[in-house]
Amino acid sequence: MLLQSLLEQSAHNHPDKVALVVDQKRYTYLEIEQQSNRLARALLQRGLERADRVAIHLDNTLEAVVSIFAVLKAGGVFVMVNPTTKIDKLTYVLNNCRARILIIPEKKRATIVEHSDLLPHLKTAVSVGPATSPQENNELQMPRVESWELLQAEFAECMTPPATRTISIDLAALVYTSGSTGNPKGVMLTHLNMTSAARSITTYLMNEPEDIILNVLPLSFDYGLYQLLMAFRVGATLVLEKSFTYPHAVLQRTIDEQVTGFPLVPTMSAILLKMDLSKYDFSKLRYITNTGAALPTEHILTFRKRLPHVQIFSMYGLTECKRVSYLPLDQVDIRTGSVGIAMPDTEVFIVDDAGHRLPPEHVGELVVRGANVMKGYWEAPDRTAERLKPAEIPNEMYLYTGDLFRMDREGYLYFVGRRDDIIKSRGEKVSPKEVENVLFTHERISEAAVVGDPDPVLGQSIRAIVTLMPGQELTEKEVLAYCRKHLEDFMVPQKVEFRDELPKSPNGKVDKKQLTLP
Amino acid sequence: MSSIQSEIRNFVADNFLFGEDPESLLNDDSFLETGIIDSTGVLELVAFIEDKYSVEVDDDELVPENLDSIDRLINFIESKLKELK
Repeated sequence: MLLQSLLEQSAHNHPDKVALVVDQKRYTYLEIEQQSNRLARALLQRGLERADRVAIHLDNTLEAVVSIFAVLKAGGVFVMVNPTTKIDKLTYVLNNCRARILIIPEKKRATIVEHSDLLPHLKTAVSVGPATSPQENNELQMPRVESWELLQAEFAECMTPPATRTISIDLAALVYTSGSTGNPKGVMLTHLNMTSAARSITTYLMNEPEDIILNVLPLSFDYGLYQLLMAFRVGATLVLEKSFTYPHAVLQRTIDEQVTGFPLVPTMSAILLKMDLSKYDFSKLRYITNTGAALPTEHILTFRKRLPHVQIFSMYGLTECKRVSYLPLDQVDIRTGSVGIAMPDTEVFIVDDAGHRLPPEHVGELVVRGANVMKGYWEAPDRTAERLKPAEIPNEMYLYTGDLFRMDREGYLYFVGRRDDIIKSRGEKVSPKEVENVLFTHERISEAAVVGDPDPVLGQSIRAIVTLMPGQELTEKEVLAYCRKHLEDFMVPQKVEFRDELPKSPNGKVDKKQLTLP
Repeated sequence: MSSIQSEIRNFVADNFLFGEDPESLLNDDSFLETGIIDSTGVLELVAFIEDKYSVEVDDDELVPENLDSIDRLINFIESKLKELK
């Protein structure tokens, strides 16, 4: 089964049903299917070949949704890039995956054209939105910049998808995720990986066509992306919002749209629990989900008290296989702190450092088997080998999550900690190395270390500890300003600490243990 | 420039623009669309307004109509100040 069939089947079964509510507009399955078909043909016409990568650098919009399915229909591989990603990292990602086509909002067109010398693989940039400056197109310019409207208009008469060229073991997406070495790595996911994960998740969430799912998480975050895939899989309706910046406005939408499913990360639940929820009529809300980091037990207990009719799904996962486990509803009040059992069609166990399976109640690394497990990291065999290791079964690879867990005697999982120093802030992974690398490029900073501190709202807050070049001065604000310019919003530290020197281990490396809070 | 306008502009420039040219932010630019304020930013902004103008902002006033541009903030603060009188 191919990933685009999630849309195609729903467009076939209920063409006139509202599939997507975004920017105060409603779109049916048929409309999205047809727009994707047209864009797919336009992409092919521009030379997109099977397995070519197309980067989508858009906010949560209709165009982002259409682009995802269009790329798949054209036989390509889509790569979502967070809308707040800055040009340096965007350049890295585009060159790392050698994207042939990039889809951007009009306001980013000028920046791409300015940096075109650094983007040798990019042939076409598609710009979404009314033109704000004169088009500087000429025959020689690379990439060629073309407008979304133009691409849609070219095949206006065409209602059907182009001929299918892919099979289910072909790549469907690269999802870039922070890695401990600093540069992000592209998680390779096939059609089969993604349809398998979407099937398992919609099964345990008991999703049905009547569901109305609200998503405020970016589609570049796999948790956000899957809300789209899952809604389309069951023929439900997706209400797409750009952010959770204005919580009251978002809650008003859940009521106006009669939302039944609301995915959260712990940061959102912390904000929600600070509000007076009794003012809102949540009678239509069937479930909330949480992943990204464990939902604190007291959040779950408070939700149970304040919204007793709402089902709470505590879940655990990682981009490398999308989702691993969920806590069955009948266990929420009994094993509140657990992230549950393996989701349908997935198997998990816990191993020691030598890879031997551990009995219950022992702490070790969680290992995952399933059709949802990634093919590896894009063109990074060494990093792939750290995560995918040969199984006892010939020719199979197990996914080593790098996360430490314990399993109780009945098979329920409890998250214990991470093996590496990756920080989880607002539910997203932040590589300390990536933040440190940015700090190192500041001419007045001599040394830098980045650690995560426990934080009731963010999960972990990010703290940068820096030393300055001799005789130099710098304020916290200036350091943060610099970070803002070079990092995605969620990676910018909350706090900067200045020190005369950083603690070192005997081999001269910064000793982060001495920097972390007790 | 009214005093509220300059105070708001200064606060936004100091806390959210991070060295970008403050002139580049127009009074009717949406904070959301320009991506300069996130949900923690909104809470900082509200704390500033409450403190600076001695007004109270309710949860249901935390909506883009009140807070999402310099112009909207000025209108919102002015209407809150009128309520007090």
